[in-house]
Amino acid sequence: MELAISIGAVVLAACGPDPDIIAWRAGLGASTERSPEAEAALFPTTIHEPPELTSITTSDGVPGTACATCHSIAGVTPESRATSADEVGGPHAGLRFAHGSNTCGACHASDDPTSLRLADGRALPMREAMTLCAQCHGPQYRDYQHGSHGGMRGHWDRSVGPRERNHCVDCHDPHAPRYPSFRPMPPPRDRVAPVVPRHEGAPRHE
Amino acid sequence: MSESQDFVSRRTMLKTAGATLGAAAFARALAPVAEVVEELGAEEFLQKHYREMTPAELEVVLRRIEADALENYGAEVHVRDVRPREGVQFGYALNLSVCIGCRRCADACHRENNHDRRTNQSYIRVLEMQQGSFDMEHGDATYDHAVPQPGKYYMPVQCQQCDNPPCVDVCPVEATWKERDGIVVVDYDWCIGCRYCEAACPYHARRFNWEAPEIPAEEVNPDQAYLSNRIRPQGVMEKCTFCLHRTREGRLPACLEACPTGARVFGNLLDPSSEIRWVLANKRVFVLKEELGTRPRFFYFFDE
Ligand code: SF4
Ligand code: SF4
Repeated sequence: MELAISIGAVVLAACGPDPDIIAWRAGLGASTERSPEAEAALFPTTIHEPPELTSITTSDGVPGTACATCHSIAGVTPESRATSADEVGGPHAGLRFAHGSNTCGACHASDDPTSLRLADGRALPMREAMTLCAQCHGPQYRDYQHGSHGGMRGHWDRSVGPRERNHCVDCHDPHAPRYPSFRPMPPPRDRVAPVVPRHEGAPRHE
Repeated sequence: MSESQDFVSRRTMLKTAGATLGAAAFARALAPVAEVVEELGAEEFLQKHYREMTPAELEVVLRRIEADALENYGAEVHVRDVRPREGVQFGYALNLSVCIGCRRCADACHRENNHDRRTNQSYIRVLEMQQGSFDMEHGDATYDHAVPQPGKYYMPVQCQQCDNPPCVDVCPVEATWKERDGIVVVDYDWCIGCRYCEAACPYHARRFNWEAPEIPAEEVNPDQAYLSNRIRPQGVMEKCTFCLHRTREGRLPACLEACPTGARVFGNLLDPSSEIRWVLANKRVFVLKEELGTRPRFFYFFDE
């Protein structure tokens, strides 16, 4: 990336007189992992469990239908070689599938429809889907673990209170993981022109 | 700046400033608030600077502000004084690779901080940027189409809580200053509304209350602090305070909680095991308009 504005050196060089400011600027380049003991002394971070992990909207439009509704019936097992939901048919027909060239069996265990399947063949409970995602999306998982990917709520200071994190599936439909485009919240209606007029379009004045 | 410093009374200051600037120029600078100053109650006018008030005096002021909110807005609010915590220096970072420009942060700020409903005011402006451009002056804050748009990226801008804040330097009455934990605040009861700080801020982060905000009683956020989200009077300046009424008590800022993508990273810069420190150590972060020497505490980065 060609960023003319590289920070490091310049910011580190310019230090204010306040010792706390000097301290944090000097520490910019270093971070440490929290020890397990230190982690245990804090309020917990819990991971939200989106309902999509254990339920679907069926092809006839019934939302929140638990997987177990059908898959607890003997013989109703997923087709591991299917490459689209249409090949599976039934309640899954019409499911939009846009996750590379993965087949259903790349993630789902064919012998246990309520489980996921890791690359090495081990079964994984649905709620731990993030471990499965991490097999291919390592950088995102690393960023997630360090709080710079995926929404959260609660406390920055977990010595004071707990935190809740989003699950991958809160934002990404595992079958079509690209974040869909949508309408943003409305823009400001300031009295003064917001920032500056653009070159294109009508100039904005008060 | 020492905490015990004497603050010039606003009246003396107005006189001095008038003499320095020339009466006509000063009158022009003050024009937007002339009528407000006239209408200001004696109590408020005689109130001391926030940093000069004793706890007992402050208590009186906090209760008066609560009473005003009840009278003017029909809302029962609780106004606290929340001080900086020892060993905490706040920092904020934003991942431009995952921000989708949804403006949920701006909307959360709007509601959390009791902003005017009609103007949809917020301390955050999300700029739609041309990919490859880093000049925030060419960003568009008023886009109103589906996001994210191809060829664009989104850069939310709010107060950068500069360590060398030009806004603080220009204030003629010291109504704005940098707190020990790095947050730049405004004493709304001390601000004379001259708008010098608004002009001085290179990030367009300050907002002027042209009118008293309009907020329906049931939408007023009752969890308020003197230096942050209490309902601002007409004719004063305001700005992002990193939600100090939340963050000084360990909670995350409202904009971060509202962000669905996790683009926002907040924490204590003095804690090497904090998320913010991990970002600073492991991502190529940059600051806006670094060449101005403002030394922001708000960092931006892209995924590699
Ligand atoms: S961003 Fe603007 S308002 Fe915030 S500290 Fe810097 S100059 Fe002041
Ligand atoms: S809420 Fe998050 S993703 Fe949406 S505009 Fe704000 S920072 Fe970007």
